[in-house]
Amino acid sequence: MTRPLRAIVLFVAFVTFVSFAGELVRAQESPARLVIGSKNFTESHILGEMMALLVEAHTGIEVEHRSGLGGTLVCFTATARGEIDLYPEYTGTAWSIILKESGRVDDPLRAFLHVQSRFRDRYDLEWLAPFGLNNSYALAMREEQAAALGVREISDLIPHAGTLDAGFSIEFMNREDGWPGLRPFYGLDFRQVRAMEHGLAYEAIAGGVIDLIDAYTTDGKLLRYPLRVLEDDRGFFPPYNAAPVIRGEVLRAHPELRELLERLSFRIPDRVMIELNHAVEERGRAFREVARGFLVAEGLIDAGEALEGDPDAGRDSLLAFMVGRWDETLRLGWRHVQLSLAAVLLAVLVAVPLGIAVARRRVAERVALGAAGVVQTIPSLALLAFMIAIPGLGLSVRSAIVALFLYAVLPILRNTHTGLRSISPELLDAAVGIGLTPRQILFRVQLPLATRTIMAGVRTATVISIGVATLAAFIGAGGLGEPIVTGLYLNDTRLILSGAIPAAVLAILADALLGRLEVWLTPRGVHAGV
Amino acid sequence: MIRLERATRTFIRASGAPVHALRGLDLQIRKGETMALLGPSGCGKTTTLRLINRLIEPSSGRVLLDGEDTAELDPIRLRRRMGYVVQSGGLFPHLTVARNIGLLCEIERWRRPDIDQRVDELLDLVHLPPSEFRDRHPGELSGGERQRVGVARALALDPEILLMDEPFGALDPITRTELQHEFSELERLVAKTVVLVSHDLDEAFLLGDRVALLCEGELVQLGTPDELRSAPATPWVERFLAGRVQ
Repeated sequence: MTRPLRAIVLFVAFVTFVSFAGELVRAQESPARLVIGSKNFTESHILGEMMALLVEAHTGIEVEHRSGLGGTLVCFTATARGEIDLYPEYTGTAWSIILKESGRVDDPLRAFLHVQSRFRDRYDLEWLAPFGLNNSYALAMREEQAAALGVREISDLIPHAGTLDAGFSIEFMNREDGWPGLRPFYGLDFRQVRAMEHGLAYEAIAGGVIDLIDAYTTDGKLLRYPLRVLEDDRGFFPPYNAAPVIRGEVLRAHPELRELLERLSFRIPDRVMIELNHAVEERGRAFREVARGFLVAEGLIDAGEALEGDPDAGRDSLLAFMVGRWDETLRLGWRHVQLSLAAVLLAVLVAVPLGIAVARRRVAERVALGAAGVVQTIPSLALLAFMIAIPGLGLSVRSAIVALFLYAVLPILRNTHTGLRSISPELLDAAVGIGLTPRQILFRVQLPLATRTIMAGVRTATVISIGVATLAAFIGAGGLGEPIVTGLYLNDTRLILSGAIPAAVLAILADALLGRLEVWLTPRGVHAGV
Repeated sequence: MIRLERATRTFIRASGAPVHALRGLDLQIRKGETMALLGPSGCGKTTTLRLINRLIEPSSGRVLLDGEDTAELDPIRLRRRMGYVVQSGGLFPHLTVARNIGLLCEIERWRRPDIDQRVDELLDLVHLPPSEFRDRHPGELSGGERQRVGVARALALDPEILLMDEPFGALDPITRTELQHEFSELERLVAKTVVLVSHDLDEAFLLGDRVALLCEGELVQLGTPDELRSAPATPWVERFLAGRVQ
């Protein structure tokens, strides 16, 4: 293959990269608008959607809702850093996870006032009046069994404890505000307590295998199964009241937002939230549709035009479902490609020169390979979460690219290094001896001979990047991880597959394509294996 | 003319022990002659060769080329004035035979037709039909063919001097003898100063106009093959010539 052709390939790759970088820069020059975040579970998403609809309907502020963010720390960090302006948070979560308060709190008002004043002082974040719901832990029992035993409160379980079997979620089994604390607090000794996956626990109790499970008080599944939620009569479970948390700066710039958002305050009690969650999780209705339905029914916004979204969507076959999502999949797939490609190109630009630089320096070589190896051992999600705390990165596509880039460096660095080291010293001696300059040796001898090995590293890096890029959705960077993440918390297999299958296809395709490129870029004589 | 003046070269082993590869060598190589550097392994013959094209620098002493101290010359330019042939050719496996031979011409920015013409001339010279060999890769050549290409490559820029480090050492005996004889004729064809490193007595005596016999970093005897044979300077030389020193 001639060098001009190779140059064209590199040029095309470069242009793709630059155009992508341009997009990033443009994305930063945004007009005044409100970014709402929500965590990766149904309830948070619905609450975020409600706030978005409310602000859209009553102000001229442009709203962006970034849903599916990977957990409390991602949401909170992003808000504290100003990447997100507003998100729904829970008092109990703020108390234990964000503020790391050690003591127990059982009074909802005290908890709310405490987190409100701490957030105001430490982070300039304002807690607005709560929505009303308390998404805490509870114990649930089959309705008929509870009726037969006459159990309404947790205390009522005490005389029957020796005959009851419980199945608790792993999280509940390990949290201080779960079983380890509950057991001595009420003096409960069940016949058997086992840890099981939460979704399975519902099936198990419905089938009569177990008698008690832990539940969230606003869980939509409580409507699907005939369960009685037992009252926490002695007040063991800490309060998890949900409320809007907004940046002080934003609130000062738009004071009208307080009054507007507080129209939701105490409008959403537990039983309403259960229904809303149920509508999404069990009946397959769209978040936005459910949120809008609620707001319209409460008279908080006008009915407006009918919504997109087919209530029967839940019954399509996987194939029909994926065909129906084709445009969306293409859009997400393209973003996915951009993320992976940008990361791998950056990694090539860094790792190849680095590999060359350290190839003949023993100490530098160990340091570089060691450092890249350490990065590789950091769990992907942790690395992504770590990125958003870095100034200038935050909750953005950039964070995702940097994290992917860090993963892509090692395979390319290691292969560049191996490729260069495997060239025989005699050959290099001949190259020097006939009068080539170090530069000529690098470009005319070493790199061509190492191309195949380097390209194999690029291939590995690309496949890794495409895989890890599915996690980018956790920090709102998009890609094919979006339907996977949403599908995971909706427990919707079709949605998960509609992201996972294209991602897998993409990885296979990229691998095959790069395999061809590898053969094409490798000088012919190298294949002969001399 | 190449002149080594009291050239020494000392290596330090990893253990810290110094190794005296060359201990004050004085040697003159005349223009146009073939000088064979002969001796058992570790005698300093390869070190001597590598001092000439500055692959290594002398620890003390000087190497002069036509009266100029090579330490003052640009090593890249210096090496391009000297063809360099190593054991098993040292060809670049990713380049065709033609590009291996023409590589330095390319780098020196010759025009393409000139390069092509030069490559074909050189292939003819080393008895490899250009049409058959031009586009092959080194991996597709026999050991002898590779060595011929290595010689052709060394001659690409028409250098005044040819440095050959055990050029036929890796070949089977039949091919080696064949190539040695071919080379002895070839050399007459091109009439260059040739410095040949060899541990093989027959090769050195066949190809060398003069032979420098080295032992443990010192010159033991210098002379034509006949002089060495008829008047060995020391008992060691006698034993070496009798094939009793390895």
